Amino acid sequence: MTTGIWTLAAAGEVNAGDTAWMLAATALVLLMTPALGLFYAGLVRSKNTLNTFMMCIAALAVATVMWALVGYSLAFDGDNAIIGGLGHAFLHGVTFEPRDGTTIPHLLFFAFQATFCIVTTALVSGAVVERMRFAPFLVFAALWSVLVYAVLAHWAFGGGWLQAQGTLDFAGGVPVEMGSGFSALAAALVVGARKDYGRQALLPHNAVYVLLGAGLLWFGWFGFNGGSGFSTGHPSVLAFTNTLLTPACTLAVWFVLDLIRGRQVTAIGAATAIIVGCVGITPAGGFVSPQWAMILGAVAALPSYAIIVWRPRTRVDETLDVLAAHGIAGLTGIVFIGFFAQQSWNGVSDGLLYGDAGQLGSQLMAAAVTPVYAFAMTFALLKVIGAITPLRGTPHEEAVGMDIVHHGEEAYVTGEGAMLIIPEAGVEEDLPVADPV
Amino acid sequence: MKLVIGIVRPDKANDVLEALYRAEVRGFSLSRVQGHGGELERVETYRGTRVKMGLEEKVRFEIAVSEEFVQPAIDALVEGGRTGEVGDGKIFVVPLERAVRIRTGETDHGAVTPVGQ
Repeated sequence: MTTGIWTLAAAGEVNAGDTAWMLAATALVLLMTPALGLFYAGLVRSKNTLNTFMMCIAALAVATVMWALVGYSLAFDGDNAIIGGLGHAFLHGVTFEPRDGTTIPHLLFFAFQATFCIVTTALVSGAVVERMRFAPFLVFAALWSVLVYAVLAHWAFGGGWLQAQGTLDFAGGVPVEMGSGFSALAAALVVGARKDYGRQALLPHNAVYVLLGAGLLWFGWFGFNGGSGFSTGHPSVLAFTNTLLTPACTLAVWFVLDLIRGRQVTAIGAATAIIVGCVGITPAGGFVSPQWAMILGAVAALPSYAIIVWRPRTRVDETLDVLAAHGIAGLTGIVFIGFFAQQSWNGVSDGLLYGDAGQLGSQLMAAAVTPVYAFAMTFALLKVIGAITPLRGTPHEEAVGMDIVHHGEEAYVTGEGAMLIIPEAGVEEDLPVADPV
Repeated sequence: MKLVIGIVRPDKANDVLEALYRAEVRGFSLSRVQGHGGELERVETYRGTRVKMGLEEKVRFEIAVSEEFVQPAIDALVEGGRTGEVGDGKIFVVPLERAVRIRTGETDHGAVTPVGQ
């Protein structure tokens, strides 16, 4: 995000058009979290549908609260190199005045940024679904949104050291995509593989959810990238259109890769390709020409596809491939800027191809440091939580399924054999609640 | 000839399949059923409605075998299906009057013996 770079003529005043668009964009990004829930829920077994969806819903609660309490302030208060201040803690001073460097109210800027924190926190859950207990996940999500997301957001958007040394990240290649992807790898390693991983085929239970979730994510991504210019100006329009072009190219290339590998174009592969394309253009949206955005879509497909093919052959049960789809595609996008950014399109900087090798250096710095920080902090955080309370249930609970064990509900309940419990009618109330049998 | 009916937990179905395969029992049908076998009822809550779930999801194997495969089939069901907790299921063995393989018209022993054995 590019606070301060595109200071428009009317900076210092709230602009009605910009504000109108940002209100809509914020709502679009918020939709991405339930869309991700649908996408993830389709990818797991039916007995874990609700739990998987609920991990995303959980982020709507805990990440929003933490963002309002301290996260936003640590990310966006002041330009200390490492971490922001507490000047905006609990929304202190976040009012109708325009946010510095933008023409939208500070309060709206806060809300827009909050939706990013929410969806990023939800993304990490993809690494631990089908086995992590819900209560420790809530604690993890709350702390992760501050210790990892807010810190990386400060580095990349809030005036931190990455932004200061010139790293370009339009909509979140650093905090959102690499932040979630490499955290997911750490989370998968600490929580450990599902008990049947590598022994049984653990298949997606509803490919239609996966496709619909991916479609809704793409829709929301127009707000995510298109809103990251904080205006209706050229960068926003460029990022918006690139959000159409890049995933389309990724999708087409993915079809070809699928055909080469298995002679069939797969639906779940297509849904994955949409995500990979959207992620690839996230950092680069407002910085590269539409033509290069299309090339980026094709390029981004390759490393992510390779990792998705390779990862299930390892013992790392990074269940929903957050690393491949977000970490690696985000890294690809960040590095791509270093080569193909074009000042004639973005008004800010050229990449190596257009004469500025230094920009590539700035991009490589972000690509090197972000994964290390995200991985290490997530690893440590989960080790600490795990030392206090078990991160996962028993193998028996895992066999029964997270929905019944942690939520006392089922996604596809039939109602046959279900008897109403009405205390007045003499049915005893003190039955073992959600005791799995 | 006997019909071995095994009712097991859905999450143990794959283990039973593996055990049957190892025991060289190759012919069977599988269906999803709901039933109740004396296990504790589960309570679920949907908004204000609390319900006692009286039926559990199970998987029902039906295995028609010649006499020498009765015990291996039972052993496979027990080995693959057991967790040690209430709700592991039941096995029923019933006599089988006739069996016909539709493709060839073979009857009885020939019909329940896999092709090539």
